[in-house]
Amino acid sequence: MTELIIEAANIGKILGTGPARVQALKDVSLTLSSGKLTILMGPSGSGKTTLLSILGCMLAPTDGTVRICGTSTTGAHPEQLAKIRRQHIGFVFQSYHLFSTLTAAENVQLALDVRGEQGHKAIAKTAEVLASVGLTSKMASFPRQLSGGEQQRVAIARAIVAEPSAILADEPTAALDSANGQATMAILSRIAKERNRAVLVVTHDPRLFGFADRILYIEDGSLTREELTDSKSIKAQQQA
Amino acid sequence: MSLVFTLASRNLFQDRLRFVASLIGIVLSVVLVMVQMGLYFGFGRMITTMIDHVSTDLWIVSNGAKCFEDLSLLSTAMQKRLLAIDGVAEVVPVVVGFSVWSLPDGAMTPVFVIGSDIAAGGLSPWNVVEGSVQSLTAPGTVAVDRSYYDRLGVSGIGATSQIRGLPVTVGAVTDGIRSFTTTPYVFTDLGGARSYVGLPASFTSHFLVRLKAKADVEGIRRNILSNISGIQALTPDQFREQSRSFWLFGTGAGAALLAGVLLSAIVGTAIVAQTLFSSTKDHLYEFATLRAIGASNGYIYKVIICQAVLSAIIGFAVAALIGTAVVHFTAKSALQIVITPNLMIELFLVTVVMCVVSAIAAILRVIRVDPAIVLTR
Repeated sequence: MTELIIEAANIGKILGTGPARVQALKDVSLTLSSGKLTILMGPSGSGKTTLLSILGCMLAPTDGTVRICGTSTTGAHPEQLAKIRRQHIGFVFQSYHLFSTLTAAENVQLALDVRGEQGHKAIAKTAEVLASVGLTSKMASFPRQLSGGEQQRVAIARAIVAEPSAILADEPTAALDSANGQATMAILSRIAKERNRAVLVVTHDPRLFGFADRILYIEDGSLTREELTDSKSIKAQQQA
Repeated sequence: MSLVFTLASRNLFQDRLRFVASLIGIVLSVVLVMVQMGLYFGFGRMITTMIDHVSTDLWIVSNGAKCFEDLSLLSTAMQKRLLAIDGVAEVVPVVVGFSVWSLPDGAMTPVFVIGSDIAAGGLSPWNVVEGSVQSLTAPGTVAVDRSYYDRLGVSGIGATSQIRGLPVTVGAVTDGIRSFTTTPYVFTDLGGARSYVGLPASFTSHFLVRLKAKADVEGIRRNILSNISGIQALTPDQFREQSRSFWLFGTGAGAALLAGVLLSAIVGTAIVAQTLFSSTKDHLYEFATLRAIGASNGYIYKVIICQAVLSAIIGFAVAALIGTAVVHFTAKSALQIVITPNLMIELFLVTVVMCVVSAIAAILRVIRVDPAIVLTR
C-alpha cells in the first residue's frame, strides 16, 4: 500500500544576505510516497542539495511547509527536527560519512544507538541489514579497509537499519565507478520496493534513470519537469 | 552497551600524539595540585603536631597567643585558680620557647624547647626510638629527633651539648618529630625548659587542663574565661584551628599554596579544553553526521563528556602514581607532603570536574554545527 511520506508545499529558500542573497528554491511542491524511488535531477547549483536538506529537516525553508509522515516541521526546534530525522528519515551521503574509528557493524549500529536501541536486538538487526547489502563478511572491517562501493553499502545499511519511512540519498553514486554505482542504485531500488520506503536520490547521472519510478527535474531553484517512468508516460510540468 | 563509550574512546585515542600531549597536561596539572594540596595538609599537620600529641580537654594560653609556638606568658599562680574551678581535675603547666644549642665547633644553632611535667602526663615526646621518655625527668636530660643529628652535632643517646650555656645530655631520640619552622624541637622536663628559655619559675607558657569525667567542657571553658581574665581557654580543636589559621592564612603561606592549586587547576583545564576542542574540530563532520542521523544534543554531549572523563581517569591514574612516588621520596623531608585517601578521592573528583568543565568549549562548538554541512562535502 502506498503512503504519503513527505509532502512539501510551496517551498522557497533564500540563502545569504545582502549582495550574497540567493533565491535557492522557488515555490517547490512535491510529495514522496512509500514504495517509490524518485530521482531528483538537475545541474550544479540548481537547488538539489538545498531541497534535500529541507526535505531531510536539516534546513528550514523560508516559505512553504514540509510534512513528514503527517507532522509539520514548521517552527520546529532543532531538537524536534532531530527527533523527526531519527524517527522517519535515513540519509545516504555522497562522501559516505562513516565514522573512521568504528567498524562497519558499529557504524550501522550507531543509527540504532542514537535511537536508544541497544543490546542483542540491535546487534541482530545490524547483522541482518549488513547481510541484505552483501557485507556479512565485512562487519568487523573499518571504513579504511573497505572499497568505496562497500563503504556506500555500509552507509545504506546505516540509513535503513532503523526502518525509517524515507531514505534521502545525496549523489550516492558520484564517488563510485559505474558498476558500484549500478549496484548501489539496485540496492536503493530494492529498499523502495521490498521494504516499502520512499527513496529520493539526488543525482545528475542519467544512467541511473532506469532505477527510478519518477524523475524530477530542478533548475534555478524550480521543479521544471516530472517523468513517471513506470507507466512510461511523461508528464511535463512547467513551474513558474 | 551504548556506542557512546566506543566512539568517545576511539576518537580520543585515534590521534595518539594529541592524546599524549593532553595526558601530559592533565598529569602535570594534577600532580601540581596534588603536591600543593599535600604540602598544605602536611603543613597543617605539622603546625598542630604538638596539639595532636597531647591528651587534654582545654589549652590555656595568654590572650595574644595565636599558636602553639607563640611565646605566651602566664603566671604559675593561675594553676591554683584553675584547679579551684568546678569540674577541673588536673592542670599541667607547659613551657615552650626558643633557645640556643651549642655545636661542637663552638657555633650556636636555635632550638625550640618544650618542657612539661612528664610524670603528670604533660607534653612529652612520642615515637621514641632510643632511650626513654622517663629519662627526661633526670636533670639536664633532653630528647631530640634523629633527623636533626647533623643540625645539632650529636649522634645519638649519651651525646652532650649545652643549651643557653647549660649542659645537656641526649637521653631519648625520636623519629619524625620535625618542626615546620625548621628549628629543631628539644623536649625536656619543666624545670629544665624554664632554665633553657630563661623563664622564671613564676611563669609558664601554657596550661593543659584536664576535666573530671563527664564534665561539661563548654560550660567549664566559659566558667574559666569569666573567672580569669587575659587568657584564652581553647579546646584542642579550637587551638588547632587557631594555629592553622594563623600559620596558613595569617602568614600567607597557605594562601600561596591554595593559589598554586587554583592556578594548576586552571592550567590543566585550559590544556584539556584545548585538546578536546581540537579533537572535536577534527571530528566536526562526524558530529554533523551524528546530528544528521538524528542524534539528540544529549547523545552528542555524552560522547564529548565521555572523552573528558576518560582523559580524567587516565590522567589521574598516572598522576596518582607520580604523586605517591613524590610522597614516598619526600617522606623524610622538612615539609611533608600528606596525601590521605580522602584527599585522593577529592582530587579525583576535582580532576573529573576539571575535565568536564574543559568539555564546555567543545560542546559549545558542536551545538552550533549545522548538520547540513554533511551534504556539502
